[in-house]
Amino acid sequence: MSVVDIPIGPQHPAIKEPLNITCYVDGEHVVGAKLRIGYNHRGIEKAGEYQTYIQNLYIAERICGICGIVHAFCLTQATEDIIGKEIPKRADYIRTIGLELNRIHSHLLWLGVAAHEIGFDTLFMYVWRDREMVMDVIEDFTGNRVTYALMTIGGVRRDIPQEKAERILKVMDLLDEKVRKYKKMCLDERTIRMRCDGVGILRKEDAIALCAVGPTARASGVPFDVRADDPHAAYDEIPFRVVTYDTCDVTARLLVRIDETLESISIVREAIKRMPSGPVRIRVPRVVPTGEGVGRTEAPRGEVIHYVRANGTERPFRWKVRAPTLANLLSIPVMLTSRGDYVVNIADVPITFASIDPCLSCTDRAIRFIDVSSGKSWVWTFSQIKRMYWRD
Amino acid sequence: MGLVDWARIRSPWVIHFNTGACNGCDIEVVAALTPRYDVERFGIRLVGSPRHADILIVTGPVTKQVEKRLKRVYEQMPEPKFVMAVGNCCASSGAFRNCYNVYPGLDNVIPVDVYVMGCPPKPEAIINGVVKLIEKLRGGAS
Repeated sequence: MSVVDIPIGPQHPAIKEPLNITCYVDGEHVVGAKLRIGYNHRGIEKAGEYQTYIQNLYIAERICGICGIVHAFCLTQATEDIIGKEIPKRADYIRTIGLELNRIHSHLLWLGVAAHEIGFDTLFMYVWRDREMVMDVIEDFTGNRVTYALMTIGGVRRDIPQEKAERILKVMDLLDEKVRKYKKMCLDERTIRMRCDGVGILRKEDAIALCAVGPTARASGVPFDVRADDPHAAYDEIPFRVVTYDTCDVTARLLVRIDETLESISIVREAIKRMPSGPVRIRVPRVVPTGEGVGRTEAPRGEVIHYVRANGTERPFRWKVRAPTLANLLSIPVMLTSRGDYVVNIADVPITFASIDPCLSCTDRAIRFIDVSSGKSWVWTFSQIKRMYWRD
Repeated sequence: MGLVDWARIRSPWVIHFNTGACNGCDIEVVAALTPRYDVERFGIRLVGSPRHADILIVTGPVTKQVEKRLKRVYEQMPEPKFVMAVGNCCASSGAFRNCYNVYPGLDNVIPVDVYVMGCPPKPEAIINGVVKLIEKLRGGAS
């Protein structure tokens, strides 16, 4: 039988975001896959050069709506790196709490989406119901459900008073119980195990060779976590475990994320307990001196790096974002290729793709034009882009 | 009100299309479907194919890359069809106004019936938008 190619996307019920996967199919088996991204490219980095650092925090938070706080954190970290000022200790702890609450919400969201992809909508509804608890905590603490506007250059905008800290702890207890229940469910429920065991295999050597990051790498047994390897914020003072599994399949990615949620809950508890008193913000100059700065942290999906080059004005000269999904996308064609005993069915494509927790709004940064019919590729200069697309 | 209009008002099926959103609106649209907010009580269901849908929910600024696909999805929907723009950036490109690759609003590409403002709008606001659209349907039918 000849190989047939099936296009999936950019609008498809199995993928929430615009992306095109072409699967090469022989009968029921997928023998190869090709990805096409770029539907989500907006040109944020260029827009950043026309706005001040404080205005950029607003747009940085909107690079990705799920892990927006991570991007805002990285940008503040990179800018503070250039300015060279230490921020107050209490602000570090509040940032850590913000980042970890975001991780809890993101991993629960993913667990629901993954359950939806394997057709287990009951679990999807249960998880999203319980996720509202952490959304309420976030709304209580930052004033918004999705974009927090918590980070600012030189600290954080909002303090956590005692009564709010107690409310957070109370919800953490409830969530701890619920997440443990879901872990038991994922380990015992036959429907989940049958759909996830041995699906989407990414071997350890492949994960290292393809530079996978975050839970995708940790599920393949690579203990790489920026929080532990390069401590920032308050991660150097709070003990936590880097979760790894070595079965390399979708089940491992499921369990890595659930265990990480439990770790995040314990980090939030510990951070609230150890939080020192004092100011949460220092004043910094609006004009940033000439220099280069880098900010990195572990987003729910993997490592995020922001690079900023300043030229002594109040606007950055260059701002570069490197998001985790771009690194993880490379492992998708490997997971979706049948070889030897490893067989990929068409029905496994959505859950395999979802298992890296793709976030394309983070990813579509770089732009390189490819003429599909002739296969020619080129990069435009800034003046060419300006001529084509600029509006005054 | 005929039988077809009655059925349409009681069960408007929606399709969700992300045209370059930051995912903030997308997760709020999905949250509106889950137990806390539960728009299914209005008979609303999320469907996968544009051919089954009555309402197109668009989130995010329309990027130049996705424009052709958006138009195609809109053309595939059967008449009568309605469009809901969710989020500031969908209505007016919002935070992304300085970006070179986005349109200054969804209404530059396809006609829009309801705008839901907010960055991102809360699920309550999205439900309000849906109810407004149902009222519009009811007004048009009677």
